[in-house]
Amino acid sequence: MSNNSANNSLVLLHKSVKQLRLEAGIRRMKVSQAASDLKTFCLQNASKDPLLMGVPSNDNPFRPPKSCALF
Amino acid sequence: MSELEQLRQEAEQLRHQIRDARKACSDSTLSQMTAGLDSVGRIQMRTRRTLRGHLAKIYAMHWGTDSRLLVSASQDGKLIIWDSYTTNKVMRRSSVVFSFILRYLSCCRFLDDGQIITSSGDTTCALWDIETGQQTTSFTGHTGDVMSLTVCPDSKAFVSGACDALAKLWDIRDGMCRQSFTGHVSDINAVCFFPNGNAFTTGSDDATCRLFDLRADQELMLYSHDNIICGITSVAFSKSGRLLLAGYDDFNCNVWDTLKGERAGINTCISFTLKSISALFQK
Repeated sequence: MSNNSANNSLVLLHKSVKQLRLEAGIRRMKVSQAASDLKTFCLQNASKDPLLMGVPSNDNPFRPPKSCALF
Repeated sequence: MSELEQLRQEAEQLRHQIRDARKACSDSTLSQMTAGLDSVGRIQMRTRRTLRGHLAKIYAMHWGTDSRLLVSASQDGKLIIWDSYTTNKVMRRSSVVFSFILRYLSCCRFLDDGQIITSSGDTTCALWDIETGQQTTSFTGHTGDVMSLTVCPDSKAFVSGACDALAKLWDIRDGMCRQSFTGHVSDINAVCFFPNGNAFTTGSDDATCRLFDLRADQELMLYSHDNIICGITSVAFSKSGRLLLAGYDDFNCNVWDTLKGERAGINTCISFTLKSISALFQK
């Protein structure tokens, strides 16, 4: 391995280790708490979710156009 | 021991440390926490509009903030802005080439009216000032093409997904990577934040979608099926986050129950691969 690429690897490894130290040091929440919060959010907002609740026809801008009759 | 060897060992030790710390928080699973929850039932979606006009593959689309206009970008070199209510084309123009972006651009998102975040095949992401055309911040760390990005609802961070099978959380202000999420075993093609900003979903060539939680710093759910063997190209959440929409290479859009991990619906696109999903009711 040439001197240059050895130095390169060294620099990259230093960066990796520095980054890993940063990521290792974060505080983590218990999965039970995180999961519970997600569940609560979904349930609390369910009534506002049109894909879950459906969209009433008169409110739906994409409803099939009503036919027109000319007399 | 050479310095190289020492560093390699330290890196390996740190990776083990992270893995152990995640395990220590793994006191339950999302599936266990939602076992008693009612299923969402069958989600049936109807095609309401077909927008015709592009002459080649459509690679991306996005809804406007008015929830009426949408823009689509195609391999034919055109950007078309559509009125989704009437299907009329509002504007049609050739794609503007931003001369300050010289690399393969995989994704871009407005951070606000004056700034754009981009992800690139050169493994980096960047924050740009639209008026000056200058790059404000560079986000480096991925070791593969970055394919997609999603901005956190609070606009302080974003998540990127790349061909190194990692998703990374970035602090927009200081350019640092705060967290790296492991789990996928192949390219991540799509990422999307959960509506409250505490989690995000990913779609990958490994035929799975996954849900990652920021605060627990780990994967909470896997969305997969033995019948599904093709990659996911796009993902989006419904407004409450309960539904996860995913577009696949086999022309299907599967709807998943985010909390229970079950499939709630399948929508088949007759003739094209879903490249981009942007849930209208996300706004």
